[in-house]
Amino acid sequence: MDFSRVFNEAMPLLLDGLKLTALVSLASIAIGMIIGLFICLMKMSKNVVPRAIAGVYIWIIRGTPMLVQALIIFLGVPQLIQVVIPSFRFDAVTAGIITLSLNAGAYLAEIYRGGIMAVPKGQSEAARSLGLSKSKTMRKVILPQAFKFSVPSLVNQFIITIKDTSILTVIGMAEVVNKAQQYVGSTFVYFETYSIVALMYLAIISLLMLLSNHIEKKLKYEGKK
Amino acid sequence: MSNTNKSDEKIVVTNLHKYFEDNEVLKGVDAVIHEGEVVCVIGPSGSGKSTFLRCLNKLEELTSGKIIVDGYDITDKKVNINKVRENIGMVFQQFNLFPNMTVKKNIMMAPVELKKMKPLEAEKKAMQLLERVGLADKASAYPGELSGGQQQRVAIARALAMNPDIMLFDEPTSALDPEMVGEVLDVMKELAKEGMTMVVVTHEMGFAREVSDRVLFMADGGIKEEGTPEQIFGNPQNERTQDFLKKVL
Repeated sequence: MDFSRVFNEAMPLLLDGLKLTALVSLASIAIGMIIGLFICLMKMSKNVVPRAIAGVYIWIIRGTPMLVQALIIFLGVPQLIQVVIPSFRFDAVTAGIITLSLNAGAYLAEIYRGGIMAVPKGQSEAARSLGLSKSKTMRKVILPQAFKFSVPSLVNQFIITIKDTSILTVIGMAEVVNKAQQYVGSTFVYFETYSIVALMYLAIISLLMLLSNHIEKKLKYEGKK
Repeated sequence: MSNTNKSDEKIVVTNLHKYFEDNEVLKGVDAVIHEGEVVCVIGPSGSGKSTFLRCLNKLEELTSGKIIVDGYDITDKKVNINKVRENIGMVFQQFNLFPNMTVKKNIMMAPVELKKMKPLEAEKKAMQLLERVGLADKASAYPGELSGGQQQRVAIARALAMNPDIMLFDEPTSALDPEMVGEVLDVMKELAKEGMTMVVVTHEMGFAREVSDRVLFMADGGIKEEGTPEQIFGNPQNERTQDFLKKVL
């Protein structure tokens, strides 16, 4: 066992990678939450067109591996665009964020929808009977409550997104696993290096879980009953 | 109140039909509610009472017929139903308070959101209304901390915050423990005394008899009989009414 060697030699490299992991995770979760909201509202629309678009989107994302999606976005899509703009390329980080956001968006849409459907029908009836429009009812009454119902599943999806950043090593995005691979390629200290990487993920995700417990406690408003 | 003067008609329902899929729950209902009138709708379960009430503010889309509220034909797609609803308060069996807002915020929400009042003014109004239903000390409590009777009184205050001139009550005491029915009915009696136009679907025959100006008896998706409480409870003419009252009184 030679942990001290890895600490000395690889830590700057790994921390560099971890920074990118965190950055890409945060960006993808933020963008994914917005995509998810739109897709969710489209899926719940009365109109068949947005409903169908959202349905196809969720179907494709859920029905294909993220690894394949990443390859299509990073290598395949630029080829198509190059027909019009010959010099077009994605860098790995952009392609990675696009892949993860699209992915998270599809799953988050379903999580939001579950949350919205968990809000009793009487809530929207009460708001509508006061004269609130459909969209105001959604924003002021339904979504805040739906959000509360969704928190555990949201956190679960955030965790999955953070871990999925490691898949993006295949498109050469220099996140923490990619950096670790670079290091072990020349030193062959597999166990120590990958254990440290695993602990880094564990640390980030533990922090997230602590935060979510805190949020859940804060959102508790039901009082005695 | 037997005034039939056209100008004081608040709600006019003509030949109202409502289907849920193939099931016809309202089979041509005609009714007129006058200004300041308290009308109780009674009848057996499944007679269409609640559906009838919910059609009056279009929470339920009617299948055919015509409903005119405050002079607006709410069956006309061009009429902005949200505007009409601001004038019709509704109280539900299950209270339906917003659990994530305090009692005060529940009441302030609509007036502030619909830009009828500034927040400070809405807060003052909310406190007045809470005073009126005897719950001023609960202003910063959450609905989950209140008893059923208290929640329903807050729900009445919330419905009144938009200064409606019609109030609809959908079995407001049916979900309450018996000892809490009285406090809710008392608030409703006060409202009636102040001249509010009220349509009340209820199983509280005592309330219907004591407070209403007119009683509608519904069965099988239609109004079978209507009259003053004295007529309906003292000398019912329709066989269905007689049968129903024999069972509930």
